[in-house]
Amino acid sequence: MNTKINLAGIEMKNPVTVASGTFGYGREISQFFDLSKLGAVITKGTSLKPKNGNKPPRVCETASGMLNAIGLQNPGVEYFAQNDLPFLRKYDTKIIVNACGSSVDEYVELCKILNTLDIDGVELNLSCPNVKEGCMAFGNTYDGVKKVTTEVRKVLDKPLIVKLTPNVTNIAEIAKAVEDAGADGVSLINTLLAMKIDIYKKAPVLANVTGGLSGPAIKPVAVRMVYQVAHAVKIPILGMGGIINGEDAIEFMLAGATAISIGAGNFIDPYTSIKTVEGIENYMKQQKIEDINEIIGAVK
Amino acid sequence: MQKQVQAKLLEKVQLTKDIYHFKVKADDIVKESKPGNFVEIRVTEQTEPFLRRPISIYNLDRENGVLEFIFQVKGKGTEILAKKEVGEDIDIMGPLGFGTFKLEGRKNISILGGGIGIFPLYELAKEAKQNNMQVNTYLGFRNKEYVVLENEFQNVSDKLTITTDDGTYKQKGFAIDFLKQDIENNKIDCIYACGPLPMLRAIRELAIQKNLDCQISLEERMGCGIGLCLGCAVKKAESPKDAPEYYHVCKGGPVFQAKDVEI
Repeated sequence: MNTKINLAGIEMKNPVTVASGTFGYGREISQFFDLSKLGAVITKGTSLKPKNGNKPPRVCETASGMLNAIGLQNPGVEYFAQNDLPFLRKYDTKIIVNACGSSVDEYVELCKILNTLDIDGVELNLSCPNVKEGCMAFGNTYDGVKKVTTEVRKVLDKPLIVKLTPNVTNIAEIAKAVEDAGADGVSLINTLLAMKIDIYKKAPVLANVTGGLSGPAIKPVAVRMVYQVAHAVKIPILGMGGIINGEDAIEFMLAGATAISIGAGNFIDPYTSIKTVEGIENYMKQQKIEDINEIIGAVK
Repeated sequence: MQKQVQAKLLEKVQLTKDIYHFKVKADDIVKESKPGNFVEIRVTEQTEPFLRRPISIYNLDRENGVLEFIFQVKGKGTEILAKKEVGEDIDIMGPLGFGTFKLEGRKNISILGGGIGIFPLYELAKEAKQNNMQVNTYLGFRNKEYVVLENEFQNVSDKLTITTDDGTYKQKGFAIDFLKQDIENNKIDCIYACGPLPMLRAIRELAIQKNLDCQISLEERMGCGIGLCLGCAVKKAESPKDAPEYYHVCKGGPVFQAKDVEI
């Protein structure tokens, strides 16, 4: 049975990785299982300089999901390179850094540094809905995505995956911009822009007013978008959005995803990602599938 | 090491109309727990409600590996939890929080609790007593109906003051005011507090004013409890207004030095 896949030039032992911002830099979850069991680890969104994040409350629960407006709090790329990267490197897994910035220059500067590090790829974050500048502001137009991706491509030799926001009218068109700019893969979806109101305080629950919705609640939207993007571009897709088990993962792969990420599922059970690996293997056994690659995009 | 375990519910006592006391078998968690730690409980295998519930540890029965927690039914998560029956397994992750109550070197301490904030203070008082400290405890409740665990706290305190806001039981007024009177006359090494935000703000201010060692246990909306989501932010005191810096309740806390946080 083969579970190996190739995501945008990154050879993964299985198609399961974790969504940025739901796994830190791996230390916390490494208490629970050996990170080498994952196909790859995708880091917390990391920027050129440290970011403090938004005011609390930053998270709240919603129906089969949650909202977050963390605001990309992270220690910056320098700290990552010195402290977290050596830790992650101890594991036999691929390391993909989620890279965020507030201007084209910042993305480029950051990716110049990332290009020199011992990492396996970059996931360019053009989709965080919770910061004032950058990210989703680039990610919601064809031109914005193409511009940032093109500039980053010039300085980055490593596999480049661009993470898209679902908060657009036509996700296929945005994915096309990624492909046209020469990136190696596309990942989707980031969170859906959302809001919750405390009816007794008559005020938004989140200090940021709006936040990103994640969890099983968004899964059907994510599957639809992966399917649409799979029909629009030839580059591989990293699919995510509400995946909490093997069945969910298979659904994304049938829709066209080469690999998948576990996001909010890591919060409710630290073992969700490796249970998903097992779930995929069980499905393969049961369906007598020899090679996981057979099912990628099998739903036409 | 933090662990996720299926812990068997050994005993369940309803203390008031909406407050429950659970005892569960959780050797691995009890072994590593300290006063001030909390656990995260997943109340259902379904996705509704979605997140785990952070719940403070009330008592650690180290001899028998039994973890005790007390919680109030506040929403759908705790409602489901309250319906668990003795013998059922409960999905618990813990011990959580690296900022715990520090007792080392203290001799004469004051413990201040309000409402459901008193629960994490019991293990603290118990350990302080076991270490022969003088324990002065001040517990405030809204009214007589809400008063719980009086005997339990009596057994681990040298002096126990119970107050109700409306005077329907014991002393009328706020617990903090009685604590204030006592610290005028006695030298206290440290104040430990958990309870509603106005109470914590008041004790923090008092401690800063009088330059007293003060440790407070905080709450914030929490996603994961182990430092993955960075949701439960609490502002660092004296961090720049235009670029505030944050601790996280689940990592730096839940117990902080009062002067270190802005609440």
